[in-house]
Amino acid sequence: MNRGDVRRSRLRRDALLVLLMVPGLAYFLVFHYGALAGNVIAFEDYVPFIGVWDSAWIGIGNFAKMVGDAAFWNSAANTVSISTLQILFFFPVPLIVALLVHSLTNTTVKRWVQSVVYLPHFISWVIVVTLFQQMLGGTGLLNGLLGDAGLDPVEVIGNPDLFKPLVVAQVVWKEFGWGTIIYLAALHQVDEQLLEASAMDGAGWWRRLWHVTLPSLRPVIVLLLILRLGEMLSVGFEQFILQRDAVGPQAGEVLDTFVYYSGVVNGNWGYAAAAGLVKGLIGAVLIYAANRVAHRLGEQGVYR
Amino acid sequence: MATTKRPTWMGRPSATVKTAKALAIVFLIAIVVVPFWVVLATSFASNDDVTGNGGYVLWPMHPTTEAYQQVFTNGIVTKALIVSAAVTLLGTAISLAATVLLAYALARPGVYGGKPAMLFILFTFLVPPGIIPAYLVVQNLGLLDSYGSLVLPVLVNAFNVVIMRGFFQGIPEDLYSAARLDGAGEWRILTRVVLPLSKAVVAVVGLFYAVGYWNAFFNAILYLNDSSRWPLQAVLRLYVIQGAQLGDNTSDAGASIAPQSIQMAAVVVATVPILCVYPFLQRYFVKGVLTGAVKS
Repeated sequence: MNRGDVRRSRLRRDALLVLLMVPGLAYFLVFHYGALAGNVIAFEDYVPFIGVWDSAWIGIGNFAKMVGDAAFWNSAANTVSISTLQILFFFPVPLIVALLVHSLTNTTVKRWVQSVVYLPHFISWVIVVTLFQQMLGGTGLLNGLLGDAGLDPVEVIGNPDLFKPLVVAQVVWKEFGWGTIIYLAALHQVDEQLLEASAMDGAGWWRRLWHVTLPSLRPVIVLLLILRLGEMLSVGFEQFILQRDAVGPQAGEVLDTFVYYSGVVNGNWGYAAAAGLVKGLIGAVLIYAANRVAHRLGEQGVYR
Repeated sequence: MATTKRPTWMGRPSATVKTAKALAIVFLIAIVVVPFWVVLATSFASNDDVTGNGGYVLWPMHPTTEAYQQVFTNGIVTKALIVSAAVTLLGTAISLAATVLLAYALARPGVYGGKPAMLFILFTFLVPPGIIPAYLVVQNLGLLDSYGSLVLPVLVNAFNVVIMRGFFQGIPEDLYSAARLDGAGEWRILTRVVLPLSKAVVAVVGLFYAVGYWNAFFNAILYLNDSSRWPLQAVLRLYVIQGAQLGDNTSDAGASIAPQSIQMAAVVVATVPILCVYPFLQRYFVKGVLTGAVKS
């Protein structure tokens, strides 16, 4: 049998399995690769009525326009600063909470705490934003309590100056519990004998944490940090589309909402696609670079 | 109360540490539970309760279900509920089917085209296509203003495929060979051997899809110009976050109940299905997800 025959007989053997893959692969082909190809309009003066094939080709015109567009740079700056705040203030929280939960010896309490803190992850952004309005808004719980205490009300919702801390607080609230899952799984893998041996040698709780537990968690921490760094330009979309109008674009515009408003809302399709493409490509480079750095540090990274 | 045994080498925590831990845990639980409680209490409050307290209620003095009556007699909300329920049920069924079939085929060692297909899927993690091109695809397929635009663009989640494939690969190869010796074909192996063993991962992935469909609002806003077709979350955004009037406030009925109560009742209605499936999700996800994810 020559090569071609082997391949044909393998195909005949696996025909049904290949057929099973078709719906799923067709989805990725159309909605990911088809859309990726649609990025050509970033190089066009795309007019919806004329279509992708016949719209005027303008080369890098859209990208050139982006360089001089203050609104684009404003959204990029907002995105990066919110991302940085998320890494500083959100990233460590699940680890700390996981250490706390792991230290509980009462399994009933442990299970209840876990059930409660995972819950916000499954709530839609619409509801999360509503809950925050109800807690921190002008007529919310916070200002009610402040009023009862005879203090002045604080304007949190719709205040451009407090927008960045607010959105980071929302991410912390929604995801801190869910983020503990992977750390809790990793904490179960920590070598009991190492902990015991170091306790024998007189290491207290802090020393065991610093010299045994945290080093064991290092691969997980590095992996999650890489993933987060790779997502530097994606701070979340639904959360911002819900709240951008309340604070205005100066404070509330991020790259994703910038793309949405310039394209879908204002009809600058080619320009918006160009901004989205730049964002996607930088994101891919960031993931790749972060992964290289991880390998340099001797960690497993996301992929090999 | 069930407790795990503290290892003998580990000392008992001091009273200070114990108190600090207890306080931290109470705080964590409170920041999650209190907001839900305030929403629930406000939804059952009377107009006087709400106006007397400036817009929120911690304990309704005159509980009433009038807000819920208004929500359920409101054509916009009930229609949105039906849309959301239908999209969630149908979408989850189709997504789950496509994911199971793809993951099963990819889990078989040495399947024809398996390696390139896997790379084809993994690459989509690296470069997301972007909002504008995704919109163009939906537009070119003629899906704008159709319910298909709420399902097809998010039909398969690559991460769910990876989780499920990992789980299927964890099933001992002997079971496959045994079934094949008994004369079972691939289809029979999938339905009679693999799926019964994979209830946990199927439940988790299915519930992930269901929660995703139930919570989605952006695709609706993007693809459905006609707001009368919107699902519940998109309607909530309009009426609760953007503050459009919900409920019939021109009539006398509107005067007896505060708009906040109606809004909060709508929020409760949107949250209850999640709370109903959550215990099942909770039971399965650690088992299903972690075993699947750690493998791959």
